[in-house]
Amino acid sequence: MSEPLIEVENLRVSFRTPHGPIEAVRGVSFTLGRERLGIVGESGSGKSQTGRAILGLTARNGSIDADRMTFDGIDLLKASPRTLRKIRGARISMIMQDPRFSLNPVVKVGEQIAEAYAIHAHASKRVARRRALEMLETVQIREPEKVFHLYPHQVSGGMGQRVMIAMMLIPEPDVLIADEPTSALDVTVQMQVLALLDDMVRDRGMGLVLISHDLHLVASFCDRVIVMYGGRIMEVLEAGRLHEAQHPYTRGLLNCLPSLDHRQEMLPVLDRDPAWLTEARR
Amino acid sequence: MIEIENLSITFGEGASTVHAVRNVSFSVAEGESYGLVGESGSGKSTILRAIARINPQWSGTIRVNGRYLTSKRTKAEARAMQMVFQDPYGALHPRHTVDAILREPLEIHGLNNRDARILAALKDVGLGPEFRFRYPHQISGGQRQRIAVARALILEPEILLLDEPTSALDVSVQAEILNLLKRLQQDRGLTYLMVSHNLAVVAHLCGRVAVMNRGRMVEEVTEDTLRAHTPSEPYTAQLMSATEGYDREAVRSYRTFD
Repeated sequence: MSEPLIEVENLRVSFRTPHGPIEAVRGVSFTLGRERLGIVGESGSGKSQTGRAILGLTARNGSIDADRMTFDGIDLLKASPRTLRKIRGARISMIMQDPRFSLNPVVKVGEQIAEAYAIHAHASKRVARRRALEMLETVQIREPEKVFHLYPHQVSGGMGQRVMIAMMLIPEPDVLIADEPTSALDVTVQMQVLALLDDMVRDRGMGLVLISHDLHLVASFCDRVIVMYGGRIMEVLEAGRLHEAQHPYTRGLLNCLPSLDHRQEMLPVLDRDPAWLTEARR
Repeated sequence: MIEIENLSITFGEGASTVHAVRNVSFSVAEGESYGLVGESGSGKSTILRAIARINPQWSGTIRVNGRYLTSKRTKAEARAMQMVFQDPYGALHPRHTVDAILREPLEIHGLNNRDARILAALKDVGLGPEFRFRYPHQISGGQRQRIAVARALILEPEILLLDEPTSALDVSVQAEILNLLKRLQQDRGLTYLMVSHNLAVVAHLCGRVAVMNRGRMVEEVTEDTLRAHTPSEPYTAQLMSATEGYDREAVRSYRTFD
């Protein structure tokens, strides 16, 4: 692996609530190179908050604390809002789960993509438009000229997510954080969107963080997989070696999925061990 | 138990007509679990909603227990056939306690021994009496789906219509709900008609499965065919391949099926 793009050491994210503080992320450390890194966990595992903390997108009632959190040598904890704004979108960008909530409903999708380019590359409208059309082609949209002029409600879920990917990739970021980018999509469309992200990692040397609840999907796609539970990392796995997972949580997650290949009368249920939240990482 | 013949459902009219379901026929025997799988827009949920009369217009025939269904649902039909929805957050009234949620169907159908029935229904879905006076926001997603199942079962129906009952849940909770559904069926001889996009979930619960695409039934497969990966139709094969995880080469060979 080359020089890491992102280094995170002992990241903690907590939220103030009327019922006292809630710790969403409790001491997470990892590095990201020019690779496909998966973060997998169930709801409440802290996987999304880990991704958001890197971009400084933690909600206002939350606070971030870490021994170290850097991107390309820049200290993200001490960076000014101005520096962060320059990184966000241009060098690290993020794709959320549902394109319907991330796109502006009253602006044509093509214009939204062009705007992303114009702002980050300080390009003219004409150049931005041309780049947006090229980008639509890159994300395998068949009639880019036609799709450019559609509004978000006129495109399907799969196409909307391609538009989002085009918008996020047009400034050619070094890192893309994708939070459940395909969960709202049909399986075949899911795979096509992943193939697109795969190309971006291969062709542009981008670093990709794929956040998902689907352990099998992530393991089949990523190079390494971080398994999270209760705000902590349970285990880091080389992809391909999912069946060698050691941690009882990972094993439990794998076992409780119904399998297409063999019949089971009852599915094993996951027994959560409170010690997982306190014991040192294996 | 359920017999469907030449079922077609359209929305809109004239040039903007959408054929959501086209000429679908299948039948489900008493005590059987039958699955409908497909991607979004395949018409699988529309079929379920027609049987439940949430969507009261169709052509063709739907027979349940030997009787032809009409667009108006009778009380007896409602009692014999209940539905569990995908989203347990949206399916339960946020300002009603669990007790009120479970009591309402008993009142509508004029059943007595209500307290005892409510406690029994909670026990059937693995929840203790302490859940009775909680609100939906005070319990977890899995517990909510258990309440939704309890509400469907409290009228002692013969048929459960299950619309993606586990797809909004974490996988560990999904396993618990699937086990619950399987146990309830074994104990009570219920007939299930389940809609899902997840082939593994459908194969776990159902012996026979209709694969749907764009309103048509592509083929009917058995659980064994699914497990052996030997469907007859290329559409089913592609769907199965996509379910098995990311494979760069396989993605390149995907086709569009009309």
